[in-house]
Amino acid sequence: MIENILLTVVTAATPFLIAAIGELIVERSGVLNLGVEGMMIMGAVFAFMAAQVTGNPYVGIIAGIIAGGAFSLIFGFLTITMVSNQVATGLALTILGLGFAGMVGESFVGLPGIKLEAISIPFLSDIPVIGRLLFGQDVIVYISFALVVGTLWFLFKTHAGLTLRSVGDNPSAAHALGISVSKVRYLAVLFGGSCAGLAGAYLSLVYVPQWTEGMTAGRGWIALALVVFASWRPERIILGAYLFGAVTIAQFHAQAVGISVPSQLLSALPYIATIVVLILISRNRRLTLINTPASLGKQFVPDR
Amino acid sequence: MAIELIKRKNPSKVISMVSPFIALAVTLIAGVLIFLALGKNPINGLYSFFIEPLTEAWSVHELIIKAVPLVLIAVGLSVCFRSGNWNIGAEGQFIIGAMAGSILPIMMHDLQSPIILPLMLIMGFAGGALFGLIPAYLKNKFGTNEILTSLMLVYVAQLFLDWMVRGPWKNPEGFNFPESRAFHEFAVLPEMMSSGRANWGAVIAVIAVVIFAVLLGKTLKGFEIKVIGESERAGKFAGFDAKKMTIFAFLISGGLAGLAGLIEVAGAIQQMRPVISPGYGFTAIIVAFLGRLNPLGILAAGLVLALTYLGGEAAQISLGISDKVVRVFQGLLLFFVLLSDTFINYQVRFDNPWKNKQLDQAHVDSKKVGAE
Repeated sequence: MIENILLTVVTAATPFLIAAIGELIVERSGVLNLGVEGMMIMGAVFAFMAAQVTGNPYVGIIAGIIAGGAFSLIFGFLTITMVSNQVATGLALTILGLGFAGMVGESFVGLPGIKLEAISIPFLSDIPVIGRLLFGQDVIVYISFALVVGTLWFLFKTHAGLTLRSVGDNPSAAHALGISVSKVRYLAVLFGGSCAGLAGAYLSLVYVPQWTEGMTAGRGWIALALVVFASWRPERIILGAYLFGAVTIAQFHAQAVGISVPSQLLSALPYIATIVVLILISRNRRLTLINTPASLGKQFVPDR
Repeated sequence: MAIELIKRKNPSKVISMVSPFIALAVTLIAGVLIFLALGKNPINGLYSFFIEPLTEAWSVHELIIKAVPLVLIAVGLSVCFRSGNWNIGAEGQFIIGAMAGSILPIMMHDLQSPIILPLMLIMGFAGGALFGLIPAYLKNKFGTNEILTSLMLVYVAQLFLDWMVRGPWKNPEGFNFPESRAFHEFAVLPEMMSSGRANWGAVIAVIAVVIFAVLLGKTLKGFEIKVIGESERAGKFAGFDAKKMTIFAFLISGGLAGLAGLIEVAGAIQQMRPVISPGYGFTAIIVAFLGRLNPLGILAAGLVLALTYLGGEAAQISLGISDKVVRVFQGLLLFFVLLSDTFINYQVRFDNPWKNKQLDQAHVDSKKVGAE
């Protein structure tokens, strides 16, 4: 019973985790991409369509990553090359993504999905309780674990990570040192978009698995809030993502147990929890200020 | 090919005027490509999207009905965005405003008098304003990001409305349909003319446009909004209080969104339903930017975006094109607006790296000659 509940928590948490890790890298480079929701839904629809057409969910995963990444480059071109307003452009990306995904996916609505199968790791998955949770999952969950470890190592142990952080904190200084600010930011945006696409692929290949219009249901926005919650530290994203995974699935378990609360109130819980969490984190200004990329959301045009 | 931006000494007034039109033109070109990709004749497509809705009187009335909420919300958003406050939860404020005003005709159904409608309008504004104050208060008090909180509240408002209409507000004589009882005659915004459904909400929207055109363009408050928006520090030196401005901006934009919601349910819908908006609160963001955050521009932009909604319906009927195309058009339009705005502040130079290499080589050669 407990194990099954925990398994559903992992399933609900994984899209948050992947999308938030991607956005964390983007924001560490000084770019605020509010288009996570749009990139995520692009990933979801293209992953679903590719899996349907080929019959292979792994092709779906790749399609989701490519769709999210390619879509993010539109945002990159506008905000990095053309220095348009990052907030407004991110919103535009979300509006366009939701519309475009709805349009291309219309004939796929309601089709039975192709579920990505779990890959149990021999011996390790037999460990009581945590065995199935950590080692009896599908490949995307494993990737999500790897992403956390990978970004942590990348950001704080590699030269490239230092470069990324310097671009996010002081792009003028980085530029003066000969670093191509726009190249670093393009790569970060592309990474973030690919992660959002992968998170979307998880929704339509594992979580539901189906395609319905607007199926991301604000998860991209919650992922954005998670980055603030984690105060831009990858390891804290795990905590936030699993917390929100638990809140998201609480509604199903509450209904199963027979708690008589309006279903709408339970559905609203993740959104209310997001606001509460943002308040709790933001009131501690010192904690947030230490890790906030100093140039977050500011455009950069090199002086010649 | 590399693109290089060179900052203009002064923002270009000419481009600032024409940029919305350029964005519209480019969106139309993109529309042609989309229709071709869908295998439809682009001329027929554009005709049914942008001309057909204007050819009949009833249809023009529908255009006005759809433009009113967009214009009202976007005027409020212009105050917000100009002052550097990012309210993107207008959709939620729209819903809560509509609900606040609907308390009278739904819960006090027997109270029927001509005073009801004005009271509903006030309650609609107040409901939206109060709901909009939540992200403003949280921003001032705790430093929370208003983008995220205002957006989260949209989902909360949608679910709250859904619960009310399926529960306490369900029509007792409604055969269990998820809708409220129909508004009585004193709670309905009257139609302006007999030729169609457009109601007096249109006049309210125009009044709002005039008031805010004067407020933003001719008063100290408008100057204060602009200064704080451009630089909070500069605002502080001028003695302006950014926190008070945040409250003011959300109060106005939430209130106008709430008023728009009330006008929608008291005018076009005349009862409460689980869903009362096809995303007006989000589309209004596009209206605000297309109108260059200027109330008069917003009036025109609101009509354009309303046309896309109607055109979507028309194209679905006459050409069998999915109405989802509308959202794609709207999203593309915002992209092109933002893109063309870059040209106001920057000169854009397209560098040909191959040509540059030649120049560099010539430069090196000339030095060699000098050395010899």
